[in-house]
Amino acid sequence: MAGEKTVETTGLLGWIDRRFPLTKLFKEHMSEYYAPKNFNFWYFFGSLALLVLVIQIVTGIFLVMNYKPDGNLAFESVEYIMREVPWGWLIRYMHSTGASMFFVVVYLHMLRGLFYGSYRKPRELVWIFGMAIFLCLMGEAFMGYLLPWGQMSYWGAQVIVNLFSAIPFIGPELSLWIRGDYVVSDATLNRFFAFHVIAIPLVLIGLVVAHIIALHEVGSNNPDGVEIKQGPKDGKGRPIDGIPFHPYYSVHDLMGVAGFLIVFAAIVFFAPEMGGYFLEFNNFIPADSLKTPPHIAPVWYFTPFYSMLRAITSDFTWVLAGATVIAAIALFLKGNLRGIWRIVVPVALLVVAVLLRTIDAKFWGVVAMGGSVVILFFLPWLDHSPVRSIRYRPTWHKYLYAVFIVTFLVLGYLGTQPPNPTFNLMSQIGTLIYFGFFLLMPVWSRIGTFKPVPERIRFSAH
Amino acid sequence: MIKKLLGVLALSLTCSVAVAAEGGYKLDHAPNRINNMASLQNGAKLFVNYCLSCHSANSMRYNKLTDLGLSEDEIKNNLLFTTDKIGDLMHVAMTRADGKKWFGAAPPDLSVIARAKSTNVGPSGVDYIYTFLRTFYRDTSKKTGWDNAVFPSVAMPNVLWQMQGPVTHSHIVVHEVEKDGARQWERSTLTYDPQGYSSVKTETLQNHRGGESERHTFEAANPAQASAYDNNVADLANFLGWMAEPDQLFRKKLGVIVLLFLGLFLVVSWRLNAAYWKHVK
Repeated sequence: MAGEKTVETTGLLGWIDRRFPLTKLFKEHMSEYYAPKNFNFWYFFGSLALLVLVIQIVTGIFLVMNYKPDGNLAFESVEYIMREVPWGWLIRYMHSTGASMFFVVVYLHMLRGLFYGSYRKPRELVWIFGMAIFLCLMGEAFMGYLLPWGQMSYWGAQVIVNLFSAIPFIGPELSLWIRGDYVVSDATLNRFFAFHVIAIPLVLIGLVVAHIIALHEVGSNNPDGVEIKQGPKDGKGRPIDGIPFHPYYSVHDLMGVAGFLIVFAAIVFFAPEMGGYFLEFNNFIPADSLKTPPHIAPVWYFTPFYSMLRAITSDFTWVLAGATVIAAIALFLKGNLRGIWRIVVPVALLVVAVLLRTIDAKFWGVVAMGGSVVILFFLPWLDHSPVRSIRYRPTWHKYLYAVFIVTFLVLGYLGTQPPNPTFNLMSQIGTLIYFGFFLLMPVWSRIGTFKPVPERIRFSAH
Repeated sequence: MIKKLLGVLALSLTCSVAVAAEGGYKLDHAPNRINNMASLQNGAKLFVNYCLSCHSANSMRYNKLTDLGLSEDEIKNNLLFTTDKIGDLMHVAMTRADGKKWFGAAPPDLSVIARAKSTNVGPSGVDYIYTFLRTFYRDTSKKTGWDNAVFPSVAMPNVLWQMQGPVTHSHIVVHEVEKDGARQWERSTLTYDPQGYSSVKTETLQNHRGGESERHTFEAANPAQASAYDNNVADLANFLGWMAEPDQLFRKKLGVIVLLFLGLFLVVSWRLNAAYWKHVK
């Protein structure tokens, strides 16, 4: 018929393909998307993150059917789901476990990127979309945590929203605007509910699509950090070190899904509270605006950043100001800044050093917490190493990574604990290591003896 | 550098242990009877008869007790107030305002109290309840005439005192004091007799080793009665642990089946993957 496209497929699929590029999309992203053959364990976590997203959305839909976003009803409606809604307990535990497992999977996914330099040119946008996803995920988790309306929900939200009040001039008005009330209240609960179930998920799904489109445009990195597209090709121009994602990696990821679901089910069925870290025990007490719990800690996945917030005390800003002055001098003397920037950047740093001592430390704590996430966006431009993969970096780089990982875990642990002088000192050291790792990366990442990178990926048949 | 870091890490771990041991009364470990239906039924009976006049369990329905092997008739005849229906939630007539006026604090809802009182990787809420209900002692200086070692100055009187029988409570503290310019160790024992009158005894310790310590002792006038009481409290705490999540027994049973299935799924997917990748060179 006139106006119809000619396609290879026939029947119903042909009818669709003449109207919608179904086969084309499937080929581009699945059966003719060539991924390197040498993916290892670390490459499971991308597809697992997608799986957890689906779990969260599906269980979330069923929770919303029974949950009441109302200050007087919310707490009991969660218990109603746990007791009276058929399979409600399972749906709720899947959702609460899914929230924590989302972060487990995403942290490991990010660590993979760090190990193999997956954010390096030309994959900067893949990384940036990914970081935006991480940011959305943090917002989604934070707002979702208010909904059970327990003591930890309530006071956690109170503490975090109050952080905004530390911003000079606009702070108090800003936190009032976010809460919609002078304290966390029904108004806050309702708007957080709206963000949690509509606004952020919409953005999140859009970003996930962008993340995958960007990835498939540039192609996947691999543990060797070698471009398969630059390697040898077969007669049809396909990289011979690549392999169609479907069926090879779809069955491979299916195995990852099975392994993941075993861990997931073990938690859901046998340890849904995960010792008080996935579901905090204090949150089984209904929110009470008149009774502040003695110890308020965010859920475990926020604690590394929370530690850095608490680390910035008035005394500690002396150390930070000192470090900033040293950085200003070093950039002026040794830095490779050109022209006017050679003056502007060091002067700006000196101004920051002065402000560190003049503005309240609480504000700098907020800056440290925000900065610890924001700095990750810049990773593609901080890493100046001549090789992508950790496999071909100097051995001491590996130790540096190990120190960074341990620091992150220790900061996470400290964030769950009530503050004490030893812990504060440790989190201050941890904060310096965390920021030092990234801010000094342009310097350290190019130092050392790098191992020769092979021309092609290393792959041995299974 | 790494050695220093490890040192700091080791230090932090020892600190965390010290912090954990510091807080309050050391809880007893409640016997695990979560699979024992007779214990749960006894706990339910005690709960309805002794707790459910002041404390509500607003998320709990009477007919959910059928999961414990009780029939609806048994529940109706033994556990229901005449005005309630079997499908009702366990509400109480006392309002929060009245509770606050009469006791100084409104009695909390007990639906999920066993979960609320649990601690991270520490004693469970059942342990807490089990210990709390066994550490009441008479104290004439308190408004209700009672105090509690786990929850000092608690607003709740010892509702189960007749079941427990008379108790003498001693709070023994070993600490360092300064006397006439010299530091020395001292043990002070604060004793409350069964009527709630207190007396203090202080003795100086020679050659004391072991630092500061603090402990509570409870001496029952009738040990047999007290031990029967412990048994009943274990059942009551057990029931509260069950009530905090009535589907927990089914959850664990189902979990075994789900894990068995997933184990099988893992094997199948592993072989499927191997079959596909066999020819990849």
